[in-house]
Amino acid sequence: MAFISTGYNPQKPMENRITDIGPHKYDDYFPPVIKKNFGKWLYHEILEPGVLLHVAESGDKVYTVRVGGARTMSITHIREACDIADKYCGGYLRWTTRNNIEFMVTDEETMKALRDDLNSRKFDGGSHKFPVGGTGASVSNMVHTQGWVHCHTPATDASGPVKCVMDTLFDEFSHMKMPAPVRMALACCINMCGAVHCSDIGLVGIHRKPPMIDHQWADQLCEIPLAVAACPTAAVRPTKVEYNGEKVNSIAIKEDRCMYCGNCYTMCPALPIADGEGDGIAIMVGGKVSNRLSVPKFSKVVVAYIPNEPPRWPTLTKTVKHIVEVYAANAQKYERLGDWAERIGWESFFKLTGLKFTQHLIDDFRDHAYYTWRQSTQFKF
Amino acid sequence: MAKYATPKLDELESGPWPSFVSDIKQEAAARAKNPKGLDYQIPVDCPEDLLGVLELSYNEKETHWKHGGIVGVFGYGGGVIGRYCDQPEMFPGVAHFHTMRVAQPSGKYYSSKFLRDLCDIWDLRGSGLTNMHGSTGDIVLLGTQTVQLEEVFHELTHKLNVDLGGSGSNLRTPEACLGQSRCEYACYNTQDMCYQLTMDYQDELHRPAFPYKFKFKFDGCPNGCVCAMARSDFAVVGTWKDDIKIDQEKVKAYVAGEIQPNAGAHAGRDWGKFDIQKEVVDRCPTHCMNWDGARLSVKTADCVRCMHCINTMPQALHIGDERGASILVGAKAPVVDGAQMGSLLIPFISCESPYDEVKEVIEKIWDWWMEEGKNRERVGETMKRLSFQKLLEVTDTPAGPYHVKEPRSNPYIFFKEEEVPGGWNRDLAAYRKRHQR
Repeated sequence: MAFISTGYNPQKPMENRITDIGPHKYDDYFPPVIKKNFGKWLYHEILEPGVLLHVAESGDKVYTVRVGGARTMSITHIREACDIADKYCGGYLRWTTRNNIEFMVTDEETMKALRDDLNSRKFDGGSHKFPVGGTGASVSNMVHTQGWVHCHTPATDASGPVKCVMDTLFDEFSHMKMPAPVRMALACCINMCGAVHCSDIGLVGIHRKPPMIDHQWADQLCEIPLAVAACPTAAVRPTKVEYNGEKVNSIAIKEDRCMYCGNCYTMCPALPIADGEGDGIAIMVGGKVSNRLSVPKFSKVVVAYIPNEPPRWPTLTKTVKHIVEVYAANAQKYERLGDWAERIGWESFFKLTGLKFTQHLIDDFRDHAYYTWRQSTQFKF
Repeated sequence: MAKYATPKLDELESGPWPSFVSDIKQEAAARAKNPKGLDYQIPVDCPEDLLGVLELSYNEKETHWKHGGIVGVFGYGGGVIGRYCDQPEMFPGVAHFHTMRVAQPSGKYYSSKFLRDLCDIWDLRGSGLTNMHGSTGDIVLLGTQTVQLEEVFHELTHKLNVDLGGSGSNLRTPEACLGQSRCEYACYNTQDMCYQLTMDYQDELHRPAFPYKFKFKFDGCPNGCVCAMARSDFAVVGTWKDDIKIDQEKVKAYVAGEIQPNAGAHAGRDWGKFDIQKEVVDRCPTHCMNWDGARLSVKTADCVRCMHCINTMPQALHIGDERGASILVGAKAPVVDGAQMGSLLIPFISCESPYDEVKEVIEKIWDWWMEEGKNRERVGETMKRLSFQKLLEVTDTPAGPYHVKEPRSNPYIFFKEEEVPGGWNRDLAAYRKRHQR
């Protein structure tokens, strides 16, 4: 390999440097029908799963075909999406906030050809490249984080469990038979880059063992006060320990106060927390962001721990599928999972799903915990 | 022939959902074949090494990536996330494998030419792997070596006219829903506000000066497709003040079953005939609607704009004309002090370019938070520590009942000294004249 310079000169970094130019303007790449009817859309219809029709005041129509995608995408895959956009869509395409790709055309015939083409494309391993779906009252594509593919703090993988859950719920992705949209997300640790805290079903990687303390390196690798300040439960404190016959500055952890958030490890690499046996996934349900009918709400933990079972996470996928099925069978039309659970009561939620209620599911973090205890004699046996 | 046996990952190639393993293998094969005859600037087999280290994680159930370390491009404090493998001898192709965040256009519309140009840069100078997109919205270029960072940045800025996104304790890459480009619910031009504010705050985005990260998100309506209220420190959510516009003929068409409710979102199951009373009027959270069999009416003063009726009958009901946005502040995920939802600060604000009113609120919040916020404290946590009243005060916002779900249920009230006649400087001697000790 011979280094190919772009013309950048490390000796003179400011020479011809361009900075602070920001993103491209949002309308640089509007398809013509979008540009023409901007702000003038009248209504929309979902013609079939994964296919939207938007009608403008001008009478113009745009057909959108939505396909799910793995968030981790190769340039070979992106180039194939570009080929499709060139063939059918005048070279335009867009992504949604949930890692879907949308292809837009202006007539029904092209839409059908496009849809069939997208559904026909498969990877060598047999999975779909561009599965059409994820609209309306369906299980839409999961948003997720990096996991073991590229993150330093995960308690589980992200792409793998998401692939397994979406395989299990593929029929629910490609049909609209849920009572309401089901939005799922996975975050590989409680940092929640994937913001699962307001999802109908949120999967979050959790640790279950306090960090180990690498006394040899703590003072060299870390700003110890930052690690101390990072702890939400004041379990971390500075200390001096004997290491190889010498007194060294290090860290002590009160283990019974630690709830394994890993925040100290984020600040201090000398506090490794990951553990193959201890780590796994908690399932949270019933959150939402939309203001429709009820106000936005947080997801609640209904399964405290499921072990990591790579490569196919069978216990996780089975549990998620089961929750989705019980919800679909019992909720009213338009009712999000959390609204259903609140209407029937959480006692009924656990009865209907058969999930075991354990002490882990009772909040004990700060003042908020008290407001989740039951201050009433109104409850269901 | 694959460089490593990956029996566990191979099991992720089956099933209908797109397999990231198949896709990474596809990229590995394309690089091995090298049809364009590129002189790859980082190891040609890095996708295989990525699969190799991932297979190791699948066996051990632990990650093999280390903390970032300080890498970046000159003059920026964000946009690059350093990443090193903790088994570099075993997997030299990904020994260092840094991420670059590239600013996405708001709404994420692309031309195939732009994407191909970006792919060409990443083909030569990176792993050929991406995230489309990262959680905050950026295009994520996944995996390159330190010496390539400036080169990629040079190509992005000089050839593609595009910048890096945010990371670290700065303004993160703002994100908007697709707004008026293809949605009839958008109450303001989300993409334009997002773009303008991104451009106006380039310095805050590239050069960390904050206690911690700060996110803007722009939702066009209360449906909240970019999750602004749950995921951004500063959420701008479209709303309106006047009447929902009703096309009574279209309402009748829904009632008669001529138009599918909810734009056909429930078509995959037989929910029975559409019942406007049961499905719309009775479900309205404030019971502000009435259907007399011929005419639908809404008592606007009682409407909280939840969107249910509009979502259910999008051809008959339309958002009002007096449009703007509500601003909610302080949402965040659990780290450090627990998850928070955005709290309503400004009930209604005009959303006309150049958005001076919105920027005024932002800058007042920043001034306060940069002064008072602790290291790694999100603004929502500063609000909890110093009170919502303080936020009202620093943003010159008068308190109103819309700011709370209910008034306080304790009388532990802080009064300002000037609110109390005579102030707090009292005469103990005079008191003792009235009251013996």
